Amino acid sequence: MSSHCADGARAAGRRLLVGLVLALMLPLPACDREERRFSEAPPSGAPSNVVRMSTLQPGPAMMTSRTSNRYDENAYAVSQGQRLYAWYNCAGCHANGGGGMGPPLMDAEWIYGSEPGQIFATIMQGRPNGMPSWAGRIPSSQAWQIVAYVRSMAALTPASARNSRADHMMTWPESQIMMEPKHPVQSFTPPAAVQP
Amino acid sequence: MRRRLSAVRRQLSALLLSLPACRGALDQSVLESAGPRARAVESLWWFALVVAAVVYVATVGALAWAVVGARRRVARGELGPPANEHRRMTLAVAGGTAATVAILFTFFFYDLSVGRTLRPPHERAHTLVQVTGHQWWWEVEYPHAVPSNAVSDANELHIPTGRPVLIEVTSRDVIHSLWIPNLGGKKDLIPRYTDTIWFQADRPGIYRSQCAEFCGLQHAKMALHVVAHEPGEYETWLQQARMPARAPTDTLAARGQEIFLSGSCALCHTIVGTPAGSRVGPDLTHLASRRTIAAGTLPNTRGNLAAWILDPQRIKPGANMPSNALSPADLEALLAYLQSLK
Repeated sequence: MSSHCADGARAAGRRLLVGLVLALMLPLPACDREERRFSEAPPSGAPSNVVRMSTLQPGPAMMTSRTSNRYDENAYAVSQGQRLYAWYNCAGCHANGGGGMGPPLMDAEWIYGSEPGQIFATIMQGRPNGMPSWAGRIPSSQAWQIVAYVRSMAALTPASARNSRADHMMTWPESQIMMEPKHPVQSFTPPAAVQP
Repeated sequence: MRRRLSAVRRQLSALLLSLPACRGALDQSVLESAGPRARAVESLWWFALVVAAVVYVATVGALAWAVVGARRRVARGELGPPANEHRRMTLAVAGGTAATVAILFTFFFYDLSVGRTLRPPHERAHTLVQVTGHQWWWEVEYPHAVPSNAVSDANELHIPTGRPVLIEVTSRDVIHSLWIPNLGGKKDLIPRYTDTIWFQADRPGIYRSQCAEFCGLQHAKMALHVVAHEPGEYETWLQQARMPARAPTDTLAARGQEIFLSGSCALCHTIVGTPAGSRVGPDLTHLASRRTIAAGTLPNTRGNLAAWILDPQRIKPGANMPSNALSPADLEALLAYLQSLK
Protein backbone atom coordinates (compact mmCIF):
# COMPACT_ATOMS: atom_id res chain seq x y z
CA MET A 1 0.00 0.00 0.00
CA SER A 2 2.68 2.43 0.97
CA SER A 3 4.82 1.53 -2.10
CA HIS A 4 1.79 2.04 -4.32
CA CYS A 5 1.36 5.48 -2.81
CA ALA A 6 5.02 6.36 -3.42
CA ASP A 7 4.73 5.26 -7.07
CA GLY A 8 1.73 7.50 -7.52
CA ALA A 9 3.57 10.45 -6.01
CA ARG A 10 6.60 9.77 -8.21
CA ALA A 11 4.45 9.62 -11.36
CA ALA A 12 2.74 12.87 -10.39
CA GLY A 13 6.17 14.44 -9.82
CA ARG A 14 7.35 13.26 -13.22
CA ARG A 15 4.23 14.68 -14.89
CA LEU A 16 4.82 17.98 -13.14
CA LEU A 17 8.43 18.04 -14.31
CA VAL A 18 7.50 17.27 -17.92
CA GLY A 19 4.82 19.95 -17.78
CA LEU A 20 7.29 22.44 -16.37
CA VAL A 21 9.89 21.72 -19.07
CA LEU A 22 7.24 22.04 -21.78
CA ALA A 23 6.03 25.33 -20.30
CA LEU A 24 9.60 26.64 -20.25
CA MET A 25 10.03 25.69 -23.90
CA LEU A 26 6.91 27.60 -24.93
CA PRO A 27 8.61 30.98 -25.50
CA LEU A 28 11.47 29.44 -27.50
CA PRO A 29 10.01 30.23 -30.96
CA ALA A 30 9.85 33.88 -29.92
CA CYS A 31 13.66 34.00 -29.98
CA ASP A 32 13.47 34.11 -33.79
CA ARG A 33 12.06 37.59 -33.54
CA GLU A 34 15.31 38.95 -32.11
CA GLU A 35 17.78 36.62 -33.77
CA ARG A 36 20.69 38.53 -35.28
CA ARG A 37 21.98 36.95 -38.45
CA PHE A 38 24.99 38.86 -39.68
CA SER A 39 26.32 36.86 -42.59
CA GLU A 40 23.67 35.16 -44.57
CA ALA A 41 22.61 35.23 -48.16
CA PRO A 42 19.89 37.85 -48.69
CA PRO A 43 16.45 36.55 -49.76
CA SER A 44 17.47 37.15 -53.33
CA GLY A 45 20.37 38.84 -55.01
CA ALA A 46 18.56 40.07 -58.10
CA PRO A 47 14.86 39.42 -57.97
CA SER A 48 14.20 42.28 -60.35
CA ASN A 49 14.12 39.85 -63.30
CA VAL A 50 11.03 38.11 -61.97
CA VAL A 51 9.15 41.10 -60.64
CA ARG A 52 6.36 42.20 -62.98
CA MET A 53 5.50 45.85 -63.05
CA SER A 54 2.74 45.48 -65.67
CA THR A 55 -0.47 43.51 -65.81
CA LEU A 56 0.02 42.93 -69.53
CA GLN A 57 1.65 39.65 -70.44
CA PRO A 58 2.08 37.88 -73.76
CA GLY A 59 -0.05 34.77 -73.92
CA PRO A 60 -2.02 33.43 -70.95
CA ALA A 61 -1.26 34.91 -67.52
CA MET A 62 1.72 33.12 -66.03
CA MET A 63 2.27 32.32 -62.40
CA THR A 64 5.07 34.25 -60.76
CA SER A 65 6.55 32.93 -57.60
CA ARG A 66 6.67 35.42 -54.79
CA THR A 67 9.94 36.35 -53.12
CA SER A 68 9.31 36.23 -49.41
CA ASN A 69 11.46 38.43 -47.27
CA ARG A 70 12.57 36.59 -44.17
CA TYR A 71 13.55 39.91 -42.63
CA ASP A 72 9.84 40.76 -42.36
CA GLU A 73 9.64 38.56 -39.28
CA ASN A 74 12.85 39.68 -37.66
CA ALA A 75 12.71 42.69 -35.36
CA TYR A 76 16.48 43.20 -35.49
CA ALA A 77 16.47 43.38 -39.30
CA VAL A 78 13.53 45.80 -39.22
CA SER A 79 15.35 48.10 -36.81
CA GLN A 80 18.52 47.92 -38.92
CA GLY A 81 16.30 48.82 -41.88
CA GLN A 82 15.05 51.84 -39.96
CA ARG A 83 18.61 52.94 -39.23
CA LEU A 84 19.59 52.55 -42.91
CA TYR A 85 16.40 54.35 -43.99
CA ALA A 86 17.71 57.38 -42.11
CA TRP A 87 21.36 56.97 -43.18
CA TYR A 88 20.55 56.68 -46.89
CA ASN A 89 18.25 59.67 -46.50
CA CYS A 90 15.06 57.94 -47.65
CA ALA A 91 13.44 60.39 -45.23
CA GLY A 92 14.61 63.23 -47.47
CA CYS A 93 11.70 62.52 -49.87
CA HIS A 94 9.41 60.08 -48.08
CA ALA A 95 9.71 61.68 -44.63
CA ASN A 96 9.17 59.16 -41.86
CA GLY A 97 6.67 57.33 -44.00
CA GLY A 98 4.22 60.19 -44.32
CA GLY A 99 5.57 61.32 -47.67
CA GLY A 100 6.85 64.64 -48.89
CA MET A 101 8.43 65.07 -52.29
CA GLY A 102 8.03 61.33 -52.63
CA PRO A 103 4.90 59.27 -52.00
CA PRO A 104 3.98 58.22 -48.46
CA LEU A 105 4.96 54.69 -47.49
CA MET A 106 2.49 54.07 -44.72
CA ASP A 107 -0.78 54.19 -46.61
CA ALA A 108 -2.52 51.66 -48.84
CA GLU A 109 -1.44 53.24 -52.13
CA TRP A 110 1.45 51.45 -53.80
CA ILE A 111 2.19 52.77 -57.28
CA TYR A 112 4.73 50.04 -57.97
CA GLY A 113 3.47 47.28 -55.71
CA SER A 114 3.82 46.37 -52.07
CA GLU A 115 5.27 42.85 -52.37
CA PRO A 116 8.82 42.55 -50.97
CA GLY A 117 10.22 41.82 -54.44
CA GLN A 118 8.44 44.82 -55.92
CA ILE A 119 9.71 47.21 -53.26
CA PHE A 120 13.20 45.79 -53.65
CA ALA A 121 12.97 46.35 -57.41
CA THR A 122 11.73 49.89 -56.87
CA ILE A 123 14.71 50.68 -54.64
CA MET A 124 17.27 49.05 -56.91
CA GLN A 125 15.92 50.13 -60.31
CA GLY A 126 14.57 53.55 -59.40
CA ARG A 127 11.25 54.85 -60.71
CA PRO A 128 10.31 57.76 -62.96
CA ASN A 129 9.87 61.24 -61.53
CA GLY A 130 12.35 61.16 -58.72
CA MET A 131 13.10 57.75 -57.22
CA PRO A 132 16.83 57.21 -57.78
CA SER A 133 18.27 53.82 -58.63
CA TRP A 134 20.31 52.48 -55.72
CA ALA A 135 21.67 49.45 -57.55
CA GLY A 136 25.36 49.01 -56.81
CA ARG A 137 25.10 51.58 -54.04
CA ILE A 138 23.13 49.76 -51.36
CA PRO A 139 24.27 46.16 -50.80
CA SER A 140 21.33 43.83 -51.42
CA SER A 141 21.24 42.53 -47.83
CA GLN A 142 20.79 46.10 -46.58
CA ALA A 143 18.17 46.80 -49.25
CA TRP A 144 16.16 43.80 -48.01
CA GLN A 145 16.34 45.18 -44.48
CA ILE A 146 15.02 48.51 -45.77
CA VAL A 147 12.23 46.61 -47.56
CA ALA A 148 11.27 44.98 -44.26
CA TYR A 149 11.19 48.35 -42.52
CA VAL A 150 9.16 50.02 -45.29
CA ARG A 151 6.60 47.21 -45.19
CA SER A 152 6.48 47.39 -41.40
CA MET A 153 5.56 51.08 -41.64
CA ALA A 154 2.47 50.11 -43.60
CA ALA A 155 1.72 47.27 -41.18
CA LEU A 156 2.27 44.67 -43.90
CA THR A 157 4.62 42.60 -41.74
CA PRO A 158 3.73 40.45 -38.73
CA ALA A 159 2.94 42.57 -35.70
CA SER A 160 5.33 40.46 -33.62
CA ALA A 161 8.33 41.96 -35.42
CA ARG A 162 7.08 45.50 -35.82
CA ASN A 163 8.21 48.38 -33.69
CA SER A 164 5.32 48.71 -31.27
CA ARG A 165 6.28 52.21 -30.21
CA ALA A 166 7.64 54.14 -33.17
CA ASP A 167 9.37 57.49 -32.70
CA HIS A 168 7.24 59.01 -35.45
CA MET A 169 3.70 58.73 -36.70
CA MET A 170 2.48 55.20 -37.18
CA THR A 171 -0.42 53.45 -38.84
CA TRP A 172 -1.24 50.99 -36.12
CA PRO A 173 -2.87 49.71 -34.07
CA GLU A 174 -6.18 51.55 -34.53
CA SER A 175 -5.41 54.69 -36.38
CA GLN A 176 -6.09 54.55 -40.09
CA ILE A 177 -7.32 52.35 -42.88
CA MET A 178 -4.59 49.87 -42.29
CA MET A 179 -6.44 47.36 -40.12
CA GLU A 180 -4.70 44.24 -41.34
CA PRO A 181 -7.35 41.53 -41.38
CA LYS A 182 -10.24 43.64 -42.70
CA HIS A 183 -8.55 45.65 -45.42
CA PRO A 184 -6.08 43.74 -47.54
CA VAL A 185 -3.77 46.22 -49.18
CA GLN A 186 -4.62 47.19 -52.73
CA SER A 187 -1.65 46.55 -54.89
CA PHE A 188 -1.04 47.84 -58.39
CA THR A 189 -0.43 44.35 -59.70
CA PRO A 190 -3.49 42.09 -59.68
CA PRO A 191 -3.03 39.24 -57.20
CA ALA A 192 -3.24 36.65 -59.96
CA ALA A 193 -0.09 37.93 -61.57
CA VAL A 194 1.93 38.02 -58.41
CA GLN A 195 0.80 35.26 -56.17
CA PRO A 196 0.97 31.59 -56.97
CA MET B 1 56.39 61.51 4.82
CA ARG B 2 55.88 62.28 1.17
CA ARG B 3 59.27 60.84 0.18
CA ARG B 4 58.64 57.70 2.17
CA LEU B 5 55.22 57.31 0.53
CA SER B 6 56.67 57.59 -2.93
CA ALA B 7 59.39 55.06 -2.06
CA VAL B 8 56.74 52.62 -0.88
CA ARG B 9 54.84 53.35 -4.07
CA ARG B 10 57.85 52.60 -6.24
CA GLN B 11 58.48 49.31 -4.49
CA LEU B 12 54.85 48.26 -4.73
CA SER B 13 54.78 49.27 -8.40
CA ALA B 14 57.86 47.15 -9.06
CA LEU B 15 56.19 44.25 -7.28
CA LEU B 16 53.01 44.61 -9.34
CA LEU B 17 54.94 44.95 -12.59
CA SER B 18 56.93 41.82 -11.89
CA LEU B 19 53.67 39.93 -12.35
CA PRO B 20 53.73 38.91 -16.01
CA ALA B 21 50.01 39.57 -16.51
CA CYS B 22 50.38 43.27 -15.67
CA ARG B 23 53.28 43.85 -18.06
CA GLY B 24 51.36 44.00 -21.32
CA ALA B 25 48.96 46.71 -20.26
CA LEU B 26 51.30 49.61 -19.49
CA ASP B 27 49.58 51.70 -22.16
CA GLN B 28 46.21 51.16 -20.49
CA SER B 29 46.84 51.36 -16.76
CA VAL B 30 45.79 53.78 -14.02
CA LEU B 31 49.06 52.94 -12.25
CA GLU B 32 51.12 54.40 -15.11
CA SER B 33 49.81 57.96 -15.04
CA ALA B 34 51.16 60.15 -17.84
CA GLY B 35 49.53 63.45 -16.96
CA PRO B 36 48.67 65.70 -13.99
CA ARG B 37 45.06 64.63 -13.82
CA ALA B 38 45.70 60.90 -13.78
CA ARG B 39 48.68 61.47 -11.44
CA ALA B 40 46.52 63.27 -8.86
CA VAL B 41 44.06 60.39 -8.85
CA GLU B 42 46.84 57.81 -8.79
CA SER B 43 48.45 59.52 -5.76
CA LEU B 44 45.11 59.48 -3.97
CA TRP B 45 44.76 55.80 -4.80
CA TRP B 46 48.23 54.94 -3.47
CA PHE B 47 47.61 57.09 -0.37
CA ALA B 48 44.35 55.24 0.29
CA LEU B 49 46.06 51.88 -0.26
CA VAL B 50 48.91 52.64 2.16
CA VAL B 51 46.64 54.14 4.83
CA ALA B 52 44.20 51.24 4.54
CA ALA B 53 47.10 48.77 4.81
CA VAL B 54 48.45 50.52 7.94
CA VAL B 55 44.98 50.62 9.53
CA TYR B 56 44.47 46.96 8.71
CA VAL B 57 47.81 45.92 10.21
CA ALA B 58 47.21 48.11 13.32
CA THR B 59 43.73 46.67 13.87
CA VAL B 60 44.79 43.06 13.45
CA GLY B 61 47.87 43.77 15.63
CA ALA B 62 45.75 45.26 18.41
CA LEU B 63 43.45 42.26 18.29
CA ALA B 64 46.39 39.84 18.49
CA TRP B 65 47.91 41.85 21.36
CA ALA B 66 44.62 41.70 23.28
CA VAL B 67 44.27 37.94 22.76
CA VAL B 68 47.86 37.20 23.77
CA GLY B 69 47.64 39.52 26.82
CA ALA B 70 44.43 37.89 28.02
CA ARG B 71 45.89 34.37 27.67
CA ARG B 72 48.96 35.41 29.65
CA ARG B 73 46.82 36.79 32.44
CA VAL B 74 44.85 33.55 32.56
CA ALA B 75 48.12 31.57 32.61
CA ARG B 76 49.31 33.67 35.53
CA GLY B 77 46.12 32.70 37.37
CA GLU B 78 44.64 36.22 37.37
CA LEU B 79 40.88 35.99 37.25
CA GLY B 80 38.42 38.83 36.65
CA PRO B 81 39.05 42.16 34.94
CA PRO B 82 42.23 44.15 35.61
CA ALA B 83 42.05 46.85 38.23
CA ASN B 84 42.25 49.82 35.82
CA GLU B 85 39.82 48.31 33.27
CA HIS B 86 37.61 51.36 33.00
CA ARG B 87 40.48 53.77 32.30
CA ARG B 88 42.05 51.46 29.72
CA MET B 89 38.75 50.98 27.89
CA THR B 90 38.13 54.73 27.77
CA LEU B 91 41.63 55.29 26.41
CA ALA B 92 41.26 52.63 23.72
CA VAL B 93 37.85 53.80 22.49
CA ALA B 94 38.81 57.50 22.56
CA GLY B 95 42.11 56.80 20.80
CA GLY B 96 40.43 54.65 18.12
CA THR B 97 37.71 57.24 17.51
CA ALA B 98 40.21 60.10 17.31
CA ALA B 99 42.39 58.17 14.86
CA THR B 100 39.39 57.31 12.67
CA VAL B 101 38.16 60.91 12.61
CA ALA B 102 41.66 62.17 11.85
CA ILE B 103 42.11 59.69 8.99
CA LEU B 104 38.69 60.39 7.49
CA PHE B 105 39.30 64.16 7.64
CA THR B 106 42.70 63.69 6.00
CA PHE B 107 40.97 61.79 3.21
CA PHE B 108 38.31 64.46 2.98
CA PHE B 109 40.78 67.30 2.50
CA TYR B 110 43.08 65.28 0.24
CA ASP B 111 40.07 64.35 -1.87
CA LEU B 112 39.00 68.01 -2.07
CA SER B 113 42.47 69.05 -3.20
CA VAL B 114 42.48 66.34 -5.89
CA GLY B 115 39.04 67.55 -6.98
CA ARG B 116 40.46 71.06 -7.40
CA THR B 117 43.18 69.85 -9.76
CA LEU B 118 40.49 68.20 -11.91
CA ARG B 119 38.76 71.49 -12.65
CA PRO B 120 38.35 72.07 -16.39
CA PRO B 121 40.93 74.37 -17.98
CA HIS B 122 38.46 76.71 -19.69
CA GLU B 123 40.32 79.82 -18.51
CA ARG B 124 43.75 78.42 -19.40
CA ALA B 125 45.14 78.00 -22.91
CA HIS B 126 44.02 74.63 -24.21
CA THR B 127 43.49 72.53 -27.32
CA LEU B 128 39.87 71.70 -28.20
CA VAL B 129 38.91 68.32 -29.65
CA GLN B 130 35.46 66.83 -30.22
CA VAL B 131 34.86 63.13 -29.72
CA THR B 132 31.62 61.47 -30.86
CA GLY B 133 30.78 57.88 -30.02
CA HIS B 134 29.25 55.59 -32.62
CA GLN B 135 28.36 51.92 -32.56
CA TRP B 136 31.23 50.89 -32.58
CA TRP B 137 33.90 53.46 -33.34
CA TRP B 138 35.11 56.90 -32.27
CA GLU B 139 34.77 59.99 -34.41
CA VAL B 140 37.45 62.55 -33.52
CA GLU B 141 37.21 66.10 -34.82
CA TYR B 142 39.67 68.98 -34.55
CA PRO B 143 37.60 72.13 -35.03
CA HIS B 144 39.04 75.31 -36.52
CA ALA B 145 37.73 78.84 -36.97
CA VAL B 146 37.99 78.27 -40.73
CA PRO B 147 35.67 75.32 -41.38
CA SER B 148 37.76 73.95 -44.23
CA ASN B 149 40.67 73.63 -41.80
CA ALA B 150 38.71 71.40 -39.45
CA VAL B 151 39.88 67.80 -39.42
CA SER B 152 37.80 64.66 -38.99
CA ASP B 153 39.53 61.45 -38.00
CA ALA B 154 38.54 58.14 -36.45
CA ASN B 155 39.71 55.92 -33.61
CA GLU B 156 42.90 57.91 -33.00
CA LEU B 157 43.14 61.00 -30.84
CA HIS B 158 46.24 63.10 -31.49
CA ILE B 159 47.21 65.58 -28.78
CA PRO B 160 50.17 67.83 -27.97
CA THR B 161 52.13 67.14 -24.78
CA GLY B 162 52.36 69.66 -21.94
CA ARG B 163 49.11 71.40 -22.78
CA PRO B 164 45.60 70.81 -21.43
CA VAL B 165 43.30 69.19 -23.97
CA LEU B 166 39.60 69.96 -23.59
CA ILE B 167 37.38 67.29 -25.12
CA GLU B 168 33.74 67.85 -25.98
CA VAL B 169 32.03 64.49 -25.98
CA THR B 170 28.69 63.36 -27.33
CA SER B 171 27.19 60.27 -28.93
CA ARG B 172 25.30 59.55 -32.12
CA ASP B 173 23.38 56.49 -30.96
CA VAL B 174 23.67 55.01 -27.44
CA ILE B 175 25.64 55.92 -24.32
CA HIS B 176 29.38 55.29 -24.60
CA SER B 177 32.10 56.30 -22.15
CA LEU B 178 35.55 57.79 -22.68
CA TRP B 179 38.21 56.57 -20.29
CA ILE B 180 41.93 56.88 -20.94
CA PRO B 181 43.40 55.19 -17.84
CA ASN B 182 46.88 56.71 -18.26
CA LEU B 183 45.54 60.24 -18.69
CA GLY B 184 42.20 60.45 -16.93
CA GLY B 185 38.49 59.99 -17.21
CA LYS B 186 35.97 58.73 -17.41
CA LYS B 187 33.12 60.67 -18.95
CA ASP B 188 29.93 59.28 -20.46
CA LEU B 189 29.08 60.16 -24.05
CA ILE B 190 25.36 60.82 -24.05
CA PRO B 191 23.23 61.17 -27.20
CA ARG B 192 22.05 64.72 -27.92
CA TYR B 193 24.03 66.16 -25.00
CA THR B 194 27.51 67.62 -25.08
CA ASP B 195 29.73 67.26 -22.04
CA THR B 196 33.39 68.12 -21.51
CA ILE B 197 36.39 66.39 -20.02
CA TRP B 198 40.02 67.48 -20.03
CA PHE B 199 43.41 65.93 -19.51
CA GLN B 200 47.02 66.59 -20.29
CA ALA B 201 49.83 64.29 -21.38
CA ASP B 202 53.28 65.07 -19.97
CA ARG B 203 55.26 62.71 -22.14
CA PRO B 204 54.84 61.54 -25.73
CA GLY B 205 53.48 58.07 -26.24
CA ILE B 206 50.51 56.00 -27.29
CA TYR B 207 47.84 55.37 -24.69
CA ARG B 208 45.03 52.92 -25.24
CA SER B 209 41.47 53.64 -24.30
CA GLN B 210 38.48 51.36 -24.39
CA CYS B 211 34.80 52.25 -24.38
CA ALA B 212 33.85 52.06 -20.71
CA GLU B 213 30.08 51.80 -20.97
CA PHE B 214 28.45 48.71 -22.42
CA CYS B 215 27.13 49.91 -25.77
CA GLY B 216 26.01 46.79 -27.59
CA LEU B 217 27.33 43.78 -29.40
CA GLN B 218 30.82 45.05 -30.30
CA HIS B 219 31.49 47.10 -27.17
CA ALA B 220 34.67 45.08 -26.62
CA LYS B 221 36.00 46.03 -30.05
CA MET B 222 35.71 49.76 -29.59
CA ALA B 223 39.16 51.07 -28.73
CA LEU B 224 40.64 54.53 -29.11
CA HIS B 225 44.39 55.15 -29.29
CA VAL B 226 45.59 58.46 -27.88
CA VAL B 227 48.80 59.56 -29.61
CA ALA B 228 50.65 62.27 -27.66
CA HIS B 229 53.16 64.24 -29.75
CA GLU B 230 55.74 66.89 -28.86
CA PRO B 231 54.03 70.24 -29.63
CA GLY B 232 56.06 70.85 -32.83
CA GLU B 233 55.41 67.35 -34.07
CA TYR B 234 51.72 67.80 -33.28
CA GLU B 235 51.53 70.92 -35.46
CA THR B 236 53.19 69.01 -38.30
CA TRP B 237 50.66 66.19 -37.89
CA LEU B 238 47.75 68.64 -37.87
CA GLN B 239 49.00 70.40 -41.01
CA GLN B 240 49.27 67.05 -42.74
CA ALA B 241 45.82 65.96 -41.57
CA ARG B 242 44.31 69.14 -43.01
CA MET B 243 45.49 68.26 -46.51
CA PRO B 244 42.91 66.70 -48.84
CA ALA B 245 43.54 63.11 -49.92
CA ARG B 246 46.25 62.50 -52.46
CA ALA B 247 45.06 62.00 -56.01
CA PRO B 248 45.91 58.50 -57.26
CA THR B 249 49.26 58.46 -59.05
CA ASP B 250 49.08 55.17 -60.95
CA THR B 251 46.37 53.50 -63.01
CA LEU B 252 45.69 50.76 -60.44
CA ALA B 253 45.00 53.28 -57.69
CA ALA B 254 42.93 55.37 -60.12
CA ARG B 255 40.81 52.29 -60.85
CA GLY B 256 40.52 51.80 -57.06
CA GLN B 257 39.24 55.33 -56.63
CA GLU B 258 36.69 54.70 -59.37
CA ILE B 259 35.46 51.58 -57.54
CA PHE B 260 35.29 53.50 -54.27
CA LEU B 261 33.26 56.33 -55.80
CA SER B 262 30.96 54.23 -57.95
CA GLY B 263 30.17 51.51 -55.42
CA SER B 264 28.65 51.49 -51.99
CA CYS B 265 31.78 52.80 -50.15
CA ALA B 266 31.08 56.42 -51.06
CA LEU B 267 27.59 56.25 -49.58
CA CYS B 268 28.91 56.12 -46.03
CA HIS B 269 32.53 57.33 -46.06
CA THR B 270 34.22 60.66 -46.73
CA ILE B 271 37.45 61.15 -48.63
CA VAL B 272 38.23 64.87 -48.68
CA GLY B 273 39.16 65.97 -52.19
CA THR B 274 36.74 63.54 -53.87
CA PRO B 275 32.94 63.66 -54.25
CA ALA B 276 32.63 61.11 -51.40
CA GLY B 277 31.32 63.13 -48.46
CA SER B 278 29.02 61.02 -46.32
CA ARG B 279 29.34 61.14 -42.55
CA VAL B 280 27.79 57.78 -41.64
CA GLY B 281 31.08 55.85 -41.40
CA PRO B 282 34.61 56.95 -40.46
CA ASP B 283 36.41 59.57 -42.57
CA LEU B 284 38.98 57.76 -44.75
CA THR B 285 40.94 60.77 -46.04
CA HIS B 286 44.14 59.59 -44.33
CA LEU B 287 43.24 55.96 -43.73
CA ALA B 288 46.73 54.62 -44.51
CA SER B 289 48.31 56.71 -41.75
CA ARG B 290 46.20 55.09 -39.03
CA ARG B 291 47.64 52.35 -36.86
CA THR B 292 44.57 50.15 -36.67
CA ILE B 293 41.32 49.48 -38.50
CA ALA B 294 37.84 48.77 -37.13
CA ALA B 295 38.43 50.78 -33.91
CA GLY B 296 41.57 49.06 -32.71
CA THR B 297 40.40 45.60 -33.74
CA LEU B 298 43.18 44.82 -36.23
CA PRO B 299 46.56 46.32 -37.20
CA ASN B 300 46.22 48.37 -40.36
CA THR B 301 47.87 45.99 -42.83
CA ARG B 302 46.98 45.23 -46.43
CA GLY B 303 45.71 41.73 -45.59
CA ASN B 304 43.57 42.88 -42.68
CA LEU B 305 42.13 45.70 -44.74
CA ALA B 306 41.21 43.24 -47.51
CA ALA B 307 39.54 40.90 -45.00
CA TRP B 308 37.68 43.81 -43.44
CA ILE B 309 36.35 45.11 -46.78
CA LEU B 310 35.25 41.67 -48.00
CA ASP B 311 33.62 40.33 -44.84
CA PRO B 312 33.55 42.66 -41.85
CA GLN B 313 30.78 40.57 -40.29
CA ARG B 314 33.28 37.80 -39.68
CA ILE B 315 35.69 40.11 -37.86
CA LYS B 316 33.18 42.25 -35.99
CA PRO B 317 29.71 40.66 -36.24
CA GLY B 318 26.98 43.26 -36.12
CA ALA B 319 29.16 46.18 -37.22
CA ASN B 320 27.36 48.52 -39.59
CA MET B 321 29.87 47.99 -42.38
CA PRO B 322 28.27 45.59 -44.90
CA SER B 323 30.05 42.76 -46.66
CA ASN B 324 31.28 43.60 -50.15
CA ALA B 325 31.52 40.95 -52.84
CA LEU B 326 34.35 42.48 -54.88
CA SER B 327 36.17 40.64 -57.62
CA PRO B 328 39.87 39.97 -56.87
CA ALA B 329 40.97 42.53 -59.46
CA ASP B 330 38.67 45.19 -58.07
CA LEU B 331 39.80 44.43 -54.52
CA GLU B 332 43.47 44.78 -55.55
CA ALA B 333 42.73 48.15 -57.10
CA LEU B 334 40.71 49.35 -54.11
CA LEU B 335 43.47 48.29 -51.70
CA ALA B 336 46.08 50.08 -53.80
CA TYR B 337 44.00 53.25 -53.61
CA LEU B 338 43.20 53.02 -49.89
CA GLN B 339 46.82 52.29 -49.02
CA SER B 340 47.91 55.40 -50.93
CA LEU B 341 45.80 57.60 -48.61
CA LYS B 342 48.67 58.56 -46.30
